[in-house]
Amino acid sequence: MPSTSFLTDISINHYLILSAILFSIGMAGVLLRRNIIVLFMSIELMLNAVNISFVTFSHYFDKVDGQVMVFFVMTIAAAEAAVGLALAVSIFKRFKEVNIRFFEHLKG
Amino acid sequence: MSHQMLIAILLLSPLVGFILNGVRFRSSNYLLAGSIATGAVAVSFACAIALFMQLVGLPPEQRRLTVSFFEWISVGSFKVNAGFVVDQISAIMILIITGVGSLIHLFSIGYMHHDKGVTKYFAYLNFFLFNMLILVLGDSLLTMFVGWEGVGLCSYLLIGFWFNDSAKAAAGMKAFITNRIGDAAFIIGMFILFMTFGTLNMHELNGLAPTIMESSWLGAVTLGTLMLFIGATGKSAQIPLYVWLPDAMAGPTPVSALIHAATMVTAGVYMIVRLNPLFVVAPNTMMVIAIVGAATAVLAATIGLTQTDIKKVLAYSTVSQLGYMFLAVGVGAFGAGMFHLMTHAFFKALMFLGSGSVIHAMHEEQDIRKMGGLKKYLPITHFTFVLGWLAIIGMPPFAGFFSKDEILWFAYSSPRGHILLWIAGAIGATLTAFYMTRLMALTFWGSSRVDKSVHPHESPLVMTIPLMVLGLLSVIGGWVGIPHVISEFVGHIPNFWEHWLEPLITKLPEASQVAHSATEEWALMGVSVSLASISALAAFIMYTKKAGAADKVANAFGPVYKLVDNKYYVDEAYFGVIINPLVSASRDLWHYVDVNVIDKATYKITDLVRGGGSFVRSLQNGNMQQYAMYVVLGVVIALSYMLVG
Repeated sequence: MPSTSFLTDISINHYLILSAILFSIGMAGVLLRRNIIVLFMSIELMLNAVNISFVTFSHYFDKVDGQVMVFFVMTIAAAEAAVGLALAVSIFKRFKEVNIRFFEHLKG
Repeated sequence: MSHQMLIAILLLSPLVGFILNGVRFRSSNYLLAGSIATGAVAVSFACAIALFMQLVGLPPEQRRLTVSFFEWISVGSFKVNAGFVVDQISAIMILIITGVGSLIHLFSIGYMHHDKGVTKYFAYLNFFLFNMLILVLGDSLLTMFVGWEGVGLCSYLLIGFWFNDSAKAAAGMKAFITNRIGDAAFIIGMFILFMTFGTLNMHELNGLAPTIMESSWLGAVTLGTLMLFIGATGKSAQIPLYVWLPDAMAGPTPVSALIHAATMVTAGVYMIVRLNPLFVVAPNTMMVIAIVGAATAVLAATIGLTQTDIKKVLAYSTVSQLGYMFLAVGVGAFGAGMFHLMTHAFFKALMFLGSGSVIHAMHEEQDIRKMGGLKKYLPITHFTFVLGWLAIIGMPPFAGFFSKDEILWFAYSSPRGHILLWIAGAIGATLTAFYMTRLMALTFWGSSRVDKSVHPHESPLVMTIPLMVLGLLSVIGGWVGIPHVISEFVGHIPNFWEHWLEPLITKLPEASQVAHSATEEWALMGVSVSLASISALAAFIMYTKKAGAADKVANAFGPVYKLVDNKYYVDEAYFGVIINPLVSASRDLWHYVDVNVIDKATYKITDLVRGGGSFVRSLQNGNMQQYAMYVVLGVVIALSYMLVG
């Protein structure tokens, strides 16, 4: 097998590592941040990290299934953002802030 | 009607009465409750008569009607049926129980009509009769024991019937706990007999009884029968467990008449008579029974001399008379024991009901020092009471004469008797004549010491009719068992009693060796009757004619009188030796072992559980980000397991 340089030859590993890094960043945001808007952004980041994996495998295995899945994920992400932002707006209207802790009031 | 049907109705009728009154126990409609209860017992009485008639119609060897309703217990070879048997002995018992029982129920309608708990009272009374019938009809010791416990429960409930008074509630507890001691011995006796013979069926046990006398104290039969007898001392109030019966007088007076005089307390005598083939082969047990019986007869009679509560006098008299019955069965005169059981049921029920009538008339006053001269206010009660009095002190031809005299004769003449037993019995009879005459004199005769605010009045008919019937029975009840010497003297009157019981009574094996002449019997009879007459006369003079004579005698005897007046300090001794050490030991166990060891151990466990709980609770606090963290942690752990492991 010819020797390959990690820096010059872009292989599947690079895509997957990128995906993992993005996913971890997004996860850290979800776990640590308190602002709902930032939280949504972090969730979006995680979803898109997964999308990168899908596309990578789709390309690598030469199958279109993964790319189809990406469309599903994007659709659901859009719907989720719509609902989530609506919640954020109503929380903001009520408390003049979009901190996650106000969601505790939903438990009744 | 078939005998199975009759026995079923006999048993179930009081149970139905109990249920009918029990479900509406708050009602204060005394007429309805009393009619249901009395009717139920009257139905039983009719069945008992019908069964008796069927029994009479059979040849003597076949007089045994059995019924088995269902198999009650079946464990391996141990089988007990819910079986009941009517034979010569139990037929007499059911006649007494339901006959005297219905009279007492009738009396109760009058006696309890003002009481708020009257329906509950009648329900208990019917339930008692149901249990008593199970006791006497049960064909195995275990079935008998069910009734044995059932009557104990009813006795407890009825003694403590007015439980708002803590002394009365305590009397109920005393009766129950004292009986438990006897019951424990009864159970042990059952174990021993079952281990030895492999059955608890009394008919089989009697058939399996060995033919050779058991001379050892540690033989199985001796131990078993001794244990059963200890059980009987509890139920039948003998030394050393008699202490509950006088206190049991806290209950309503008809209860004292029914349970604590006529029926329940005789259960011990009945049990021994029923198992007489077993007791006969254990001479040591018989000796213990005779001695305990004679001692109880004398001891209780002496206490009876000083009591001032009308019911307490009768209670000690009952203990004493039960002592006579045990004396009889102890010397092997089982027929005489049963005979005295029956006559005693008549005259003692009569006197208890009579005392109830007096108490009713005196507005709940029971102290005979505050009575006197009641004869003119209560003519019927007085007249019937006189009949009972003559019967208990053994005046011929009243019922008590025949039965008591027969017991005394056997105490002397039986191969297992002894002159000392006869002397004890004669002393008991003399004392009985004295204290009963004293009771009569202080209550009915002499000058009136009645409080001015009390206006005695004769009781209504519903109460005096039972008195009259029982009075009649106290007169003629003894005529079924007239001794041979008398019957030969006045012409041949058959001794119905002896013939009736003969097939079920085992003859003492050593019976034929000693011969006693009729002259001896006449002499002993004459001695005991004249002793009783003299002491009755002495008491009559002391308490009606010579005011103050009684106090002089009491002072002359000083310390002895004090000892007797305090009932020989038996209660105090029991408290000092058994109850107080037990209570203080229990209290120490509570203060030290329970508080310091058991409580602390349980507190540690609860602390542990509570700490764990609060930790787990803190994990679920509604913070979504924390939940997400758990998910991540879970994924990390699962992944690392998959990758590494």
